[in-house]
Amino acid sequence: MKHLSEYRDPELVQQYLKEIHRITTKPWTLMEICGGQTHSLVKNGILEMLPEFITMVHGPGCPVCVTSVSVIDEVIWLAEQPNVIIGSFGDMLRVPGSRKSLLEAKAEGADIRILYSPLEAVKLAKENPTKEVVFFAVGFETTAPANALSVVHAHQMGITNYSILASHVLVPPAMEAILGDEENMIDAFLAAGHVCAIMGFEEYFPIAEKYKTPMVVTGFEPVDLLQGIMMAIMQLEKGEYKVENQYARSVQREGNRMAKETIKEVFEVSDRVWRGIGEIPLSGYEVNEKYKQFNARNKFNIDIPFAEENKECISGDIMKGLKKPKQCPNFGTTCKPEHPLGAPMVSSEGSCAAYYQYAQNII
Amino acid sequence: MNEKIKMQLHCPMPKFDFEVITLGHGSGGLLTHRLLQTGVFDLFKNDHLDQQHDGAILELSGKLAFSTDSYVISPIFFPGGNIGDLAINGTVNDIAMCGATPKYLSLSFIIEEGLTMKKFWEVLVNIKTAADKAGIAIVTGDTKVVEKGKGDKLFINTSGIGVVHPKAAIHHNRIQAGDAIIISGNIANHGIAIMSRRQGLEFETTIETDSANLNHIIIALIEQFGSDIKFLRDPTRGGLASVLNEVAELTGLGYEINQKQLPIDAQVEGACEMLGLDPLYVANEGLFVAIVKQSIAEKLLEQLKADENGVNAAIIGYVTEEHRGKVVIKSAIGGKRIVGYLTGEQLPRIC
Repeated sequence: MKHLSEYRDPELVQQYLKEIHRITTKPWTLMEICGGQTHSLVKNGILEMLPEFITMVHGPGCPVCVTSVSVIDEVIWLAEQPNVIIGSFGDMLRVPGSRKSLLEAKAEGADIRILYSPLEAVKLAKENPTKEVVFFAVGFETTAPANALSVVHAHQMGITNYSILASHVLVPPAMEAILGDEENMIDAFLAAGHVCAIMGFEEYFPIAEKYKTPMVVTGFEPVDLLQGIMMAIMQLEKGEYKVENQYARSVQREGNRMAKETIKEVFEVSDRVWRGIGEIPLSGYEVNEKYKQFNARNKFNIDIPFAEENKECISGDIMKGLKKPKQCPNFGTTCKPEHPLGAPMVSSEGSCAAYYQYAQNII
Repeated sequence: MNEKIKMQLHCPMPKFDFEVITLGHGSGGLLTHRLLQTGVFDLFKNDHLDQQHDGAILELSGKLAFSTDSYVISPIFFPGGNIGDLAINGTVNDIAMCGATPKYLSLSFIIEEGLTMKKFWEVLVNIKTAADKAGIAIVTGDTKVVEKGKGDKLFINTSGIGVVHPKAAIHHNRIQAGDAIIISGNIANHGIAIMSRRQGLEFETTIETDSANLNHIIIALIEQFGSDIKFLRDPTRGGLASVLNEVAELTGLGYEINQKQLPIDAQVEGACEMLGLDPLYVANEGLFVAIVKQSIAEKLLEQLKADENGVNAAIIGYVTEEHRGKVVIKSAIGGKRIVGYLTGEQLPRIC
């Protein structure tokens, strides 16, 4: 990991911290969008190193956390059908649906495989021609190109027993939903580096302009995060609201053209229910008409009642930055990673789990 | 590795009149007899086994250590070893962690019908090699065969007895603030080796399991440093973080480790980053954590590093009066955080 060591250099970290202390004249509230950033802030102990009057709020950028109960119920319904193999990213397995989680369905005998790539699911479909293989395609814009590509591959290979259950969510509409909330208290955003590596950051200019909110596309290593925080504070202190790119080693303004084209080939923008937040218009991807035979919702007659979110879980307020995990009465008591009430306690990148794991009784 | 190849040359597979193991091999009848006679007894030959009693009659004196473990790993073959050497080293190490020299082991198989004789033989050969290296005798055992689908190829249970070294005084209640925490080598190799095989991940060079017997080095250290070695534990499932949390809970003291001092192979670290796993929780099979009196820590480290199983050993932290009952890691950039227990299985993340 030599290429990463310079972004973990303790001396550089100290220099940025000093500079952040020097330039900050009033309290600011910043939201890091991505769960990976939250994880890194907590894991590296950065939250404890920042000036007290800088508040970091952890955004909705954890796909595990925002996948709605109904979608979990859908995939469990599919898993329980005869001759169906479900492929899923690992950390979706523990997320509670309204009745059970995928992990529980697996224990009861459903054929659920942890996969690292949807292309493995296509391979699985090829190897199991008598079974239906469904890949649980969750994630932000980051996982969308690979999921789309799996559909294109299956189509090209003439594989008919493969489909995806898409639950993709998009970052810019979520940012707008947060900024447009009347209780909003976010002064600036650290935009998610990986999402922007795919999509670029042109979409952010009108949002920054409309809500007069600075946005800094930021990476995930300690030095990245501190530099991003510093850039955002510099703008705030000067009263600016520009879109800046801290993560230039990975992100270009226009993003990754090929990845975007692949997404466009297979997906169309659709409304999406976010766990804890509710429906945000045009905030997700669904498989388009051209590839509808690869859409599990089209292929199977999924028959489940609409499921309510667990009312005790305040994940919506946490993801909008209105509350911190520790302000939830269930945090660490009735809600723990082994018995999560809501999704932010499940994924290692969920803000509740990150707090629980690393900082429950912070020194 | 060379040793294993040599072992296979010395142990050509005997001629069995069957290619796969069937239910009949667990029936206790003729097939069982043939399997044991040709496969097991000849290979593990020793005075105790030769008696062919229902159990082994042993003579031991002094304080004894006794341990058991079941091995259900999947896949049963992985880079650097197979379930066979794992089943020996695991129990041997558990006994060694009590400050004892392991002497005798029992060995039980639960085989899923359909396992090929060739694979079973490869496992037996690794068992033999590991047992010889550890200097233990397999003195009793059992073989059961279950129907297809009722097991996962092969499960092994081993139990072992060892004689506690007269100078050993291993107990968590002897740990005091100021004691040094030592790890005997690079962390997370075993877990990542297994994960890479399960997921079909490929790296520039193969990451191999660290499975090894630690009894010889442990006894040598106890011989030298006696009761100044206060606590020993092998960080297998749950990894280093789980061992430290257990001992923090048992002693009520604080355990502070330094990320910078943690020995880890660059490739393993990269794999952990990629898979979204924390190496502190990843399993090891040939490592031990020692908590020792601070004044001997450097000297012990020197001796440990001279051993084949301690080349990458390091002092990773100290026991403290602060943040009692907790494990704290100082991050590479100087921040501090609590290292808690792992909940459930570590699941690879989405992005």
